[in-house]
Order: sequence, then structure tokens, then C-alpha cells
Amino acid sequence: MSLNKEQEMRYSRHFVLKEIGLSGQKKLLSSSVLVIGAGAIGSAAIIYLASAGIGTLGIADFDKVDLSNLQRQVIHRNNRTGMYKTESAALSVSELNPDVNVIVHNSGVNPDNIDEMIKKYDFILDCTDRFETKFLINDACVIAKKPYCHAGVVRFTGQVMTYVPQKGPCLRCLLGYIPAAEDTQYCSEVGVIGAATGVIGSIQALEAIKYILGIGQLLCGKILSFDGLNINIRISNISVNDPECKVCGIRPSIFSVRENTNEYKIPVK
Amino acid sequence: MANINGSEINASGKTVYEYLIENNYTPARVAVELNGEILSKTKFNDTIINENDTLEIVGFVGGG
Ligand SMILES: [Zn+2]
Repeated sequence: MSLNKEQEMRYSRHFVLKEIGLSGQKKLLSSSVLVIGAGAIGSAAIIYLASAGIGTLGIADFDKVDLSNLQRQVIHRNNRTGMYKTESAALSVSELNPDVNVIVHNSGVNPDNIDEMIKKYDFILDCTDRFETKFLINDACVIAKKPYCHAGVVRFTGQVMTYVPQKGPCLRCLLGYIPAAEDTQYCSEVGVIGAATGVIGSIQALEAIKYILGIGQLLCGKILSFDGLNINIRISNISVNDPECKVCGIRPSIFSVRENTNEYKIPVK
Repeated sequence: MANINGSEINASGKTVYEYLIENNYTPARVAVELNGEILSKTKFNDTIINENDTLEIVGFVGGG
């Protein structure tokens, strides 16, 4: 692969980074990342992955752009309400960087389609807004031995962690099972500020880029907790997985998400 | 004293569950590592914090 004149200009600031350079840029251009959720966190992640020249960007979301999204979901535009978020995100990406080949998945993810979808990608970002989907993505990625980056944000706070097979715990190791509805905070109920989702989504994009290039340190066995209101950032080192984890433990019981659909429903207390 | 998220805290004798509730955590959305091992949520109620224990408590949120 050789870069054209326009690409040499576009990525010139990457070339001077010794961690990226020309060879790193070629790696990025031939890599593929799937972003699940084109909402607030996904907006930031998609923009930075696209601008960095990730060659193939999958975007999965079943939802459509609503006016109430635009206070934080910066990839969408005022004149796109009612459009699929995937289509709107794809438009923004094409305006930003024509090098990126976008694949839209308008169905979002579910236990029936996720295995097939994640197969094609090098790295996956969980930018979804519900624990049910976060557990589904976790289990599907762990079973398929796919590296992925988890994140969540409400109000001014959020967390990020990266799962790479054999390099630390998965989300199910840490939380066991999906919290009941009354134990969950939804952005529509408790609010969320866009700038905080931008911080978290940017960190996820950085994790994907570092994984693809094999540079720096990943948030494997570490959870980054961000409190934007009081500016507290804590890295919790939890490096050993839970031997009793149902998906990555010593005696796992979940070998297929499709055959365990009850695991991805909110439990009733 | 126990070391909780890097601070020396007088929590000995309390259960993990009691400590979480007192400190406004939602136990269902919390991961706890006790002395280097992940503590299952089902054990929060009958695990007592002892002198010199090291705990890391991480709250998770689901939005996005
Ligand atoms: Zn696990």
C-alpha cells in the first residue's frame, strides 16, 4: 500500500509521531473497528477513529436521530432528525475523511446477529447505553476472543476498560450479572453532559488505535473512572479475572450468546 | 484500618455491603476486589472487612 499526496498531507502529524509514522498509518488504513452505538460516546469515538484513518469503520445502531440527542451526540446534525443514526454518522465520516469505508448495521446488535457481525473486525467499541447490551457485547467478544473496549457514562461521570483475551478480567468478572432496572441510572432520567461522554469516547478511540498499532499501555486489568464534575480520575488495577466468571472463568457456562438470551434481559428483583 | 481505594479507612467489622451502602454505592453496579481477588456480588452481605484488608471499589454506570 502506498499513500497518495492528499493522504501524505492529511496524516502528516501522524508521520512525525515515532509511535505511528508511515508504517503505523498503513496499519490504521488497513484495520477495521466496529463501533456499537452511535450515540454520545460513539459520536466522539467515531469522529476520532475516522480522522485517524481507520480503513474500515463499522457502525451499529438501531435508533434514529432525535432532537434530544443533539445536546451531546456531536456526530449528528440538526437537519438529520428521523434519519438512522448509522446513516447520519456515515455522512459525517464521509465529509471528514473519504479514506474511511463505513459499514452500517442498522439493526444494532442482538444475540442472533452479534457473533457474525464482530467476526469481521479487529477491535470493537461498546458505546451502547444499556447494561443488557454491554453484557451481550462482553460475552460475545469473550467467546469469540475479540478485544474490545467497554465504556459507560451518566451525568458527569463514566468508566472505561479494555478487554483483551488472557490480559485481565471481563465485564462479567467484575459485575457478575446485569443490574436490575431500579439499580440502573438512565441518561433520560438522571441526565448526561456531552463533554463527559466526549472524554470517554475519545479514550475508547485511543484504546482502539493503540491496540491496532501495538503501542503504549492499554486499560487491560485497569478501570479508568472519570468524574468530570469534581475532576477526579482514578485507575483501579483489577488485573486477575474471576475464576467463577460464567464466560471466562475456570468452568464457564455460557458458550454462546444465542443460546443464553435470558442473560441479556434485565433481571426482576 | 483497611486500605480502600488507596486511603486508610476505619471500616473493620463492617460487611462489604454495609460499607457500600454507607458510602452511597449501588451494590448491583459495583465491582469489588478484596486482597487481590474479585469478590462476587453474592458475597457482599457476608464478607466482613478485616484489619489490613485492601479493597478496590469501582462503580459502573450504564449510559452512553
Ligand atoms: Zn469474565
